[in-house]
Amino acid sequence: MAKTKKVVQFMPTDIKEELLAKYPPKVARKRAKQIMINEATESEAPPEILANVRTIPGIITMRGCTYAGCKGVIMGPTRDIVNITHGPIGCGFYSWLTRRNQTDAGEDGENYMPYCFSTDMQDSDIIFGGEKKLAAAIQEAYDLFHPKGICVFATCPVGLIGDDIHAVCKKKKAEFGDCNVFAFSCEGYKGVSQSAGHHIANNQVFTHLVGENTEPRTEEYKINLLGEYNIGGDGFEIDRILKKCGITNLATFSGNSSYDQFASAQHADLSCVMCHRSINYVADMLETKYGIPWIKVNFIGAASTAKSLRKIGQYFGDKKLIDRIEEVIAEEMPEVEAVAADVRPRTEGKTAMLFVGGSRAHHYQDLFSEMGMKTLSAGYEFAHRDDYEGRQVIPNLTVDADSRNIEEIDVEADPELYSPRKKPEEIKALEDAGYQFKHYEGMNDQMDKGTIIIDDLNQYEAEKLVELLKPDIFCAGIKEKFSIQKSGVPMKQLHSYDSGGPYAGFKGAINFYKEIDRLVNSKVWSYMKAPWQENPELTGTFVWE
Amino acid sequence: MLLRHTPTEVKERKALMINPAKTCQPIGAMYAALGIHGCLPHSHGSQGCCAYHRSALTRHYKEPISAATSSFTEGASVFGGQANLLQAINNIFTVYDPEVIAVHTTCLSETIGDDLPQIFDKAIKTGKVPEGKTVLGCPTPSYVGSHVTGFSNMVKAMAQLAEPSGKKSGKVNVIPGWVEPCDMAEIKRLAGLVGVDITLFPDTSGVLDAPLTGEYKMFPDGGVTIPELKACGDAVGTLALGEWCSADAARWLDSKCKVPCSVLDMPFGLAATDRFIDVLRTVAGVSVPDSVAVERGQLVDMISDMHQYFYGKRVALYGDPDQLISMVEFLLTLDMIPAYVVTGTPGKKFERRIKELCADKPFEVKVKAKGDMFLMHQWIKNEPVDLLIGNTYGKYISRDEDIPLLRWGFPILDRQGHQYFPTVGYKGGLRLLEKMLTLFLDRKDRDDSEQTFELVL
Repeated sequence: MAKTKKVVQFMPTDIKEELLAKYPPKVARKRAKQIMINEATESEAPPEILANVRTIPGIITMRGCTYAGCKGVIMGPTRDIVNITHGPIGCGFYSWLTRRNQTDAGEDGENYMPYCFSTDMQDSDIIFGGEKKLAAAIQEAYDLFHPKGICVFATCPVGLIGDDIHAVCKKKKAEFGDCNVFAFSCEGYKGVSQSAGHHIANNQVFTHLVGENTEPRTEEYKINLLGEYNIGGDGFEIDRILKKCGITNLATFSGNSSYDQFASAQHADLSCVMCHRSINYVADMLETKYGIPWIKVNFIGAASTAKSLRKIGQYFGDKKLIDRIEEVIAEEMPEVEAVAADVRPRTEGKTAMLFVGGSRAHHYQDLFSEMGMKTLSAGYEFAHRDDYEGRQVIPNLTVDADSRNIEEIDVEADPELYSPRKKPEEIKALEDAGYQFKHYEGMNDQMDKGTIIIDDLNQYEAEKLVELLKPDIFCAGIKEKFSIQKSGVPMKQLHSYDSGGPYAGFKGAINFYKEIDRLVNSKVWSYMKAPWQENPELTGTFVWE
Repeated sequence: MLLRHTPTEVKERKALMINPAKTCQPIGAMYAALGIHGCLPHSHGSQGCCAYHRSALTRHYKEPISAATSSFTEGASVFGGQANLLQAINNIFTVYDPEVIAVHTTCLSETIGDDLPQIFDKAIKTGKVPEGKTVLGCPTPSYVGSHVTGFSNMVKAMAQLAEPSGKKSGKVNVIPGWVEPCDMAEIKRLAGLVGVDITLFPDTSGVLDAPLTGEYKMFPDGGVTIPELKACGDAVGTLALGEWCSADAARWLDSKCKVPCSVLDMPFGLAATDRFIDVLRTVAGVSVPDSVAVERGQLVDMISDMHQYFYGKRVALYGDPDQLISMVEFLLTLDMIPAYVVTGTPGKKFERRIKELCADKPFEVKVKAKGDMFLMHQWIKNEPVDLLIGNTYGKYISRDEDIPLLRWGFPILDRQGHQYFPTVGYKGGLRLLEKMLTLFLDRKDRDDSEQTFELVL
């Protein structure tokens, strides 16, 4: 099908109305608050969006659960901890190698990523409790592998039957002496999405692991990279660039991470936050307890990568580093610009929609704009209002009944280790120069007026949006991919990258430009109708040539 | 080495499952429900399960898998999920308009004890189920059995829709078990060749192999219909293919609707296909046309042509019981050696059956039900094999131990073709042989020296 250039036939308000028209009244009222027309301008604050609230039953959400957010996302990518799922087999099975957290097994070679460990609870465990089996499983894992750490993850039934997984872990840890054992109460029904699992993982890894390695670190320009999971090698590319600039990344939370990285994170002088949603809790706690400031960075997009590097340079304020960063950018950019210039005539003016977990729906807009593509609509599965509207709304956030039971832990300045990395006057000087600490402006701010922002998009709305706005590309996950493609619209997975990547950093930008060019200009979309379907009526007889 | 922490020495494990050869019940129920025409599967539990099951099926089929969930919150988990399911049923019929909602449960709703029939009753009484629409379901506790058990439970729930009229229809019910959509189509084709009018359920052909046309249909044209399921009670007989997947439903029809049943192996390989065709012919009282015998003869021909490459090869297999039983028999037909056979699905019956099949053979088969791939890998390290047969997760062992992997079973996440080219029936047998031979001969071409490298094999 030769794509006819579409004009936007609907006003955003009409589209919102269309999306809501089919719903029962109660559902429509709720969804109306989760679908907003972006009106952010320089002078006015964007309107409020309803986010991080319970999912509507039966609506066909894209969301997953707390266990997925905790084990699957945050702790799963750590290579030298044995992660045991305490539950029936499914949860462990489905989170086994299905997120593309690439890993370098390192010199010690410890890497449990290709394994799936589970207590495989049976009905007898549900009836009589699973604590004994869990203790035995931890013992068997210890005897087989002698890992540095064993983590235990609760699944739905564990909370209901009252297994005390924390007590079991504490006891085993004391018995072993040389293996850290701790647990996560990340039952799938907690909270309303993966998000609760992030928070639970942050709390426990901070409480039980961060700060364990007290050996001082002497490298220059030490940072932590928070909320980067090395999907398709993103973290490898960022590490390549950081290394080239002379910046030391002590700990990535948690792509290609190791036990010791978590344990040494308190030695860094700056935390750089990629995925705000999943890891801002650790960023705050590192600051409160140890005095490490944090900044938001974004290594998705070449310009954003350069900007983030400069932000790091400016923080350390050292000419040697600042110069080196400029050299690296100057070295890397020509190839990026050449590829961008090549694809641009084929991508310019095309349109995209992005509906991804809790951060990429924002970050990837940079890459699209570098190709001259416009984002018509975007949203998150499970982000909170601060990810949409910016962190300034945090004081106004209310915690509703569904999320109230997610533990908030109190962290205080460590009496011995707390040391502010910058003097107040240094901080002030940076801030006066426009530097923003502990700041994230959210997704809405960057999006054009009149774009449509949708929280917890469901199957019906996805189909409807595609039908009404006919984007040139739709970005989301595996569950959405094939229904969108069946309707004739190219679909790019921004969770798994469709086995591609990396897309972060300079090399990632090149990969992404080429990939999007391939997708939006693929000839396959012209094959959807057979010749006899294009011209179904016989108007004459064929003559053999 | 990717699995470098797997030691050669085998120690008994009682509590820790490592690298499972199974997954949990609801995904089987979801797959079975997709074999009903116009059906939206529904997962009554917290939404993570549903997301995982849809993703796993989608990755295997590269097709959209729609399913809804009750999206339990902590409150519902403590006080019961009735309100969530009632809301879900209302929302689903209003927004997505399926013909059928097929509900399964998870470990969450099973642990708290939600009562599905009572909730369905309430949904109907409060007008949430529109006229002419169907809601059915079954409990699928994840802490019992495996995905195979969940499949079987949903198939049984389908059979329970039967409303015998007292008048026989002359049709034969065939319950294919957990096979691919193309396998279901192949079973229908074979029955057509033999000339038997069958009702196949579930039937995912036409559902999970939909074309790209520019129009997305949430409910494609395929699937067994509710009237067809209701008429199952009037059939002259039921063939259940696979004890684990299909027997429960068939036996229920036998005892409740007096439809006699025959439980057979899944028709993978020569002998199992022979028995399937022979029983089908007997039940329906027809004679088998020559065209079927020709297909059979082609398979026998290929076995004889290439026997030298199969003979004596040692194989490790893992997967689901019904599939493994037929495959072990097929390997024996080829004079191959099924050395290690592992399923994650529990059942001592399975171990007995595999041992029976290999009883008079000059080798010992190591078989384990409720086993895992970690154990199988340890066996391989102690005494290697020539071929692995199983799902995608075997690729880590395949790479580490340099053993070719024949991808077969569920899930296959990294190759294509499995949903289009059947492995049941005689044609399917040919395809299995072709795939196996390609692996062996590619290996030979790779390993032969330049002096012994040959054009013709």
